[in-house]
Amino acid sequence: MSAALPGLAPEPDDVIEVEGLTKAFGGRAVVRDLSMRVRRGQIYGFLGPNGSGKTTTIRMLCGLLTPDSGRGTCLGLDILTQSREIRRHVGYMAQRFSLYADLTVRENLEFVARVYGVPQPVKAARAAVERLGLGGRERQLAGSLSGGWKQRLALGACILPSPRLLLLDEPTAGVDPKARREFWGQIHQLAADGLTVLVSTHYMDEAERCHAIAYIAYGEVLAQGTVAEVVAGAGLSTVTVSGADPAALMAELQGRPGIELIAPFGASVHVGGRDRAALEAAVAPLRARDGLAVRPDAPTLEDVFIDLMNRSQDNFR
Amino acid sequence: MTPPGPEGLPGLPAPAGGGFFRRVGAMMRKEFLQLQRDRVSFATMILIPLLQLVLFGYAINTTPRHLPTAVLAHENTALTRAILAALENTGYFALTARPADEAAAEALVRAGQVLFVVEIPAGFERAVRRGESPALLVAADATDPVASGSALSALSQIVERAVARERFAGEGGPQGSGTETAPPAFVIRTHPRYNPAAVTQLNIVPGLLGTILTMTMLIFTALSVTREVERGTMETLLAMPIRPVEIMLGKIAPYVMVGAVQAGMILLAGWYVFGVPMVGSLALLVALTALFIVANLSIGYTFSTVAQNQLQAVQMTFMYFLPNILLSGFMFPFAGMPRWAQWLSETMPLTHYLRIVRGIMLKGADAADLARDIAMLAAIMLVAMLIAVSRFRQTLD
Repeated sequence: MSAALPGLAPEPDDVIEVEGLTKAFGGRAVVRDLSMRVRRGQIYGFLGPNGSGKTTTIRMLCGLLTPDSGRGTCLGLDILTQSREIRRHVGYMAQRFSLYADLTVRENLEFVARVYGVPQPVKAARAAVERLGLGGRERQLAGSLSGGWKQRLALGACILPSPRLLLLDEPTAGVDPKARREFWGQIHQLAADGLTVLVSTHYMDEAERCHAIAYIAYGEVLAQGTVAEVVAGAGLSTVTVSGADPAALMAELQGRPGIELIAPFGASVHVGGRDRAALEAAVAPLRARDGLAVRPDAPTLEDVFIDLMNRSQDNFR
Repeated sequence: MTPPGPEGLPGLPAPAGGGFFRRVGAMMRKEFLQLQRDRVSFATMILIPLLQLVLFGYAINTTPRHLPTAVLAHENTALTRAILAALENTGYFALTARPADEAAAEALVRAGQVLFVVEIPAGFERAVRRGESPALLVAADATDPVASGSALSALSQIVERAVARERFAGEGGPQGSGTETAPPAFVIRTHPRYNPAAVTQLNIVPGLLGTILTMTMLIFTALSVTREVERGTMETLLAMPIRPVEIMLGKIAPYVMVGAVQAGMILLAGWYVFGVPMVGSLALLVALTALFIVANLSIGYTFSTVAQNQLQAVQMTFMYFLPNILLSGFMFPFAGMPRWAQWLSETMPLTHYLRIVRGIMLKGADAADLARDIAMLAAIMLVAMLIAVSRFRQTLD
């Protein structure tokens, strides 16, 4: 996978390096002034609400969309002028299953191998079937596979031409937890072999498996770094209140000064804010109440994202 | 949780006893909204009746007039001028060409540029004066019996009467006693060429070859790109290192073979079942059929780069196919259509292919005879391919 490919400069340390990417559709900016760097061998998580520009950014990186402005490189190649060459070395997995449903597993893999010019495509496809654990299913139509197997096949097709960068757009949407776990195991194995992976997701547990993450909303990167850095950078304090009906507690706490986040978690309520003192003041009356427990806890990545999203929404409107 | 009973969920208004019209109304409203969004369907609904009205109302004429006619005159006298004028006055013949010799006249017929050749032999007027009743030769391209039939049947009486009048005027009075018993001054010898028995199949079967290929080839490729877009596979395809031209050629090539099989089937059936002859070169027909197939595939491919989904692709194909069938000369005589309709049909591959296939199979036309149609067919194909490749979006922008 790390063998030097003809026509490609030695891989730079920054596999993705873009600055000021902007893209508008019908006059509405979907991605605004986006800059990011992804180092070689990193698993880079791309997070953000629906419609935040994640898919658009990924498509710009692999040449499916042309940025309105901005510049950048992918694998050391210019994303504006060398997108043909980039495509040869990038594996892109679209959000929707986009292999041929009316071809068998093996026919799909052979097609991909042939288009990318993989030597001995039949052999390569057979090897991929084995590697993916799809043995026995290679004659099955891809459309008849279950969600988890489809996703496994899609990933297999992506890595078949030995790309140097994987762009995965919500690869685990609609996949069961076991298949998701296996999928992430595979991603980590690939990264250990030197492949760089940019993956967008909605799942917090997946974000926590990434080496670095970027949180994007309304087309702008709001936070970037390791999970710990992003959580620390948000400066949130949180407490858990338990011992009473969560719905009643939430109704009581909602809107109090100092409380910016509030969410039910089973029988308890998770409350947070950026001003520690104000949060304390807001929950102080509860401490005195019978049967109620107020415990400080560590903010989760989800807290941080909900907070970022709320604030960016405020800025946006 | 208990399933909601007939009284509905608590908190929701109980369903009204009737509500039939409300629900039908809601459904209708939704359908109209969707119809409004689907521009192509909407256009089809308006355009197809409009198209049919215009084409059937104005363009199509089953007793065609002003048919292109070549005059091969070996003498130029007052009488021959009178005869030609009379021919034109019937309204059936338009004297469009004056070939120098028989070979040139023959080539015009083979190429389908004229339907009739009127040949006036040398010494015609003198023979008339001497009462020898010479023959005026009218050779007709009878491959399409509908096109030539009514003109031929009108020919003898009308021309004879007109010429008789001319002769009496020229001779200063009737020769006979005013009765019609005198032997005719000359006879018109008609010669229906290529299809003397006026067998419809001889004309229809080669035409079918063209129409069937048009329909199937257009549909196949029109669906091919839209299917990829609809199923989401286009996104993956675009992210792969493959060029638009490569995608197009790869998609067209298999259907060339499908078209070849279809053409072979129709030709065999034409030969064995309907007895359609193969006067000209089979190799030439095969080569030009391949050209025709690729031209249609290219047009279908162009549609597929415009259409948003498979339904639209089918609708566009149908919209294109309809004038092809009506105007190309397959169903109704080409020569009978007004000028604008003829110009329109010159832009359709089927028009040219019909001339080619009928020319080769029935009249033994060679490549030189058909040069104009071959060039047009190739030009249409190239234009369609250029549009298709330039329209094909390499990105999702």
